[in-house]
Amino acid sequence: MALPLEVRGLSTTLFTRRGEMKAVDGLSLSVGAGETVALVGESGCGKSLSALSVMRLLPDPPARIVGGEVRLNGRDIVPLPEEGMLAIRGKEIGMIFQDPMSSLNPVATVEKQIVEVLRAHTDLGRWQARARAHELLELVGMPDAARRLDEYPHRLSGGMCQRVVIAMAIACSPSVLIADEPTTALDVTVQAQVLALLKKLQADAGMAMVFITHDLGVVAETADRVVVMYAGRKVEEATVDELFETPLHPYTAGLIGATPVPGAARAERLADIPGMVPPLNGLPQGCAFAPRCPRVMERCRQERPELTQPATGRLVACFAAERG
Amino acid sequence: MAGELASPAAPPRITRGSSRRVAALRLLRRRLIQAVPLMLGVVVINFVLIQLAPGSFLELMTAENQVSDPATIALLRTTYGLDDPVWLQLVKYIWALMRFDFGFSYRQNIPVIDAISVHLPATLLLMISSITLALAVGVAAGVVASMKVRTFWDTLVSVAAMFFFAAPSFWLGIMLIVLFSVKLGWLPVGGMATIGGTSSGAGGVLDILHHLILPTLALGLFYAAIYARVMRSSMLEVAQLDFVRTARAKGLSRNQVTISHVLRNALLPVVTILGVQMGTVLAGSVVIESVFSWPGVGSLLFDSVSSRNYPVVLGIMVLGSLVVIAANIAVDLIYMWLDPRIEIR
Repeated sequence: MALPLEVRGLSTTLFTRRGEMKAVDGLSLSVGAGETVALVGESGCGKSLSALSVMRLLPDPPARIVGGEVRLNGRDIVPLPEEGMLAIRGKEIGMIFQDPMSSLNPVATVEKQIVEVLRAHTDLGRWQARARAHELLELVGMPDAARRLDEYPHRLSGGMCQRVVIAMAIACSPSVLIADEPTTALDVTVQAQVLALLKKLQADAGMAMVFITHDLGVVAETADRVVVMYAGRKVEEATVDELFETPLHPYTAGLIGATPVPGAARAERLADIPGMVPPLNGLPQGCAFAPRCPRVMERCRQERPELTQPATGRLVACFAAERG
Repeated sequence: MAGELASPAAPPRITRGSSRRVAALRLLRRRLIQAVPLMLGVVVINFVLIQLAPGSFLELMTAENQVSDPATIALLRTTYGLDDPVWLQLVKYIWALMRFDFGFSYRQNIPVIDAISVHLPATLLLMISSITLALAVGVAAGVVASMKVRTFWDTLVSVAAMFFFAAPSFWLGIMLIVLFSVKLGWLPVGGMATIGGTSSGAGGVLDILHHLILPTLALGLFYAAIYARVMRSSMLEVAQLDFVRTARAKGLSRNQVTISHVLRNALLPVVTILGVQMGTVLAGSVVIESVFSWPGVGSLLFDSVSSRNYPVVLGIMVLGSLVVIAANIAVDLIYMWLDPRIEIR
């Protein structure tokens, strides 16, 4: 059977006045039913643009998909016209965004915003849709759900807003759920609740989930597999356990080193990765990470490492890692 | 997931907006209370300003009627209370206003309120039709321009808006008359009704509407130009917001998103400037009324100023301020209805 989501060689380019920039460069990724794949990397490495490419919601201009396939339950949706995508967004793919407060329309009630997605994809009547919206709010653990239907978003907390967004995303039982930093804007305690909720909803429905985050702590809790992105390219892919145990790419190792560990000795200073993500229009000739890499070799500055498979289930794009 | 749940009965319907209705009433009450000192200020300032103007209506009146008998003049001065000190006149005026007595118009020999109330409906009609036209045309043009941004239609809207914004309304009025009345003969040159025509029933209403078209265009297109520009940029700004992307991610089409999510949010700045402009619409109607011989308060004001009929001038100022204040309260309520985030503490 076809996987719920299979991305092959997806490339998205930004066409700007200062030239073309490859924001997503040949990304491949597959997510099985009930599986969670985390997409990890610093800000500006192309995580969100990858997600928006899959949704075909890129700001065009300047961004456009220039190559690759996005297979949804076996069907490539990249060539679909916009009308075809309308039936897919919200129905087959649900998406959750980073800032729940600004993700909801301030002048529409919670009910209207949930009912809208139901009416777009089902033939529920107005009252049935309202009843279903109520069910959905209870499903996502909204306290006092019946009353919240008539509230406007500004009366809700960030966590409650995110529950509404989640309710909208899962309203039509999509097979794929994309969560773009769903907990970043939330308080720590609320983060844990939202993560637990997402895990539960996913397990119950067997959804394939793409979880975009820069927080490796969250990755460890939620993901089955991890794809590490740097400057628009996948640099490493592994299962969560393998990745945290033996990160192969120096960038992955840097990210893990920069994550605070609870209970670690206080005096121990967090490691950081020197330098910044290079601008997309000024990528170095060889490996994009070379200028910041602690294990950089002469070869890294000349040619770009391709993804190789040093062990089953692992992929890495690094010359140093190949040598071990 | 949720689909497996048994479908329960519809949740209890909560009377939506009952708390908002309370809030709206509270806003109304607060604005009405605030209006009292505001009106008092308007009366005092206008009264003092008119006292500063040279000459009094008495001089004009006696000169016109060639009255030179000092006893008659003294009698008139007492009759109109002109011998009192200014502050006492002011206090008496305010006291009279509280009983809705605006004084007496010597010119027409009727109470001021009667003189104004003959003309006020025509002005209100012109104001309302102009604002309605401005909102409808401006908002529609702004929406079209924003949806077809950087295309021919966008440019067309921009150029038209620039033109109507820059054209002086009296000039525009004259040009409209030249084109539609003189050259084409489609619409009347001026006035509010055909002389000797039917003035009652549906025919009368149609006749008034027929006369209303040109003045409405002359006054309203200027504001339509402003609203078109504001609406366009507001639509483009709102279209960038996160919740628009959320709506698109739900599978709504671009048009659905524009209508049900962008439009209402984008209207807010238009409503804001609408409130601010109420006063200028009234002032603008004075000019347009004289161009089109529209029998409104504007022409009465013009006559009253030139005949130094100050009680009428003052009365128009006061009633005009009342209209503007009332319109602003209405705008506040509309704003509140559009944006639930506005709550009065």
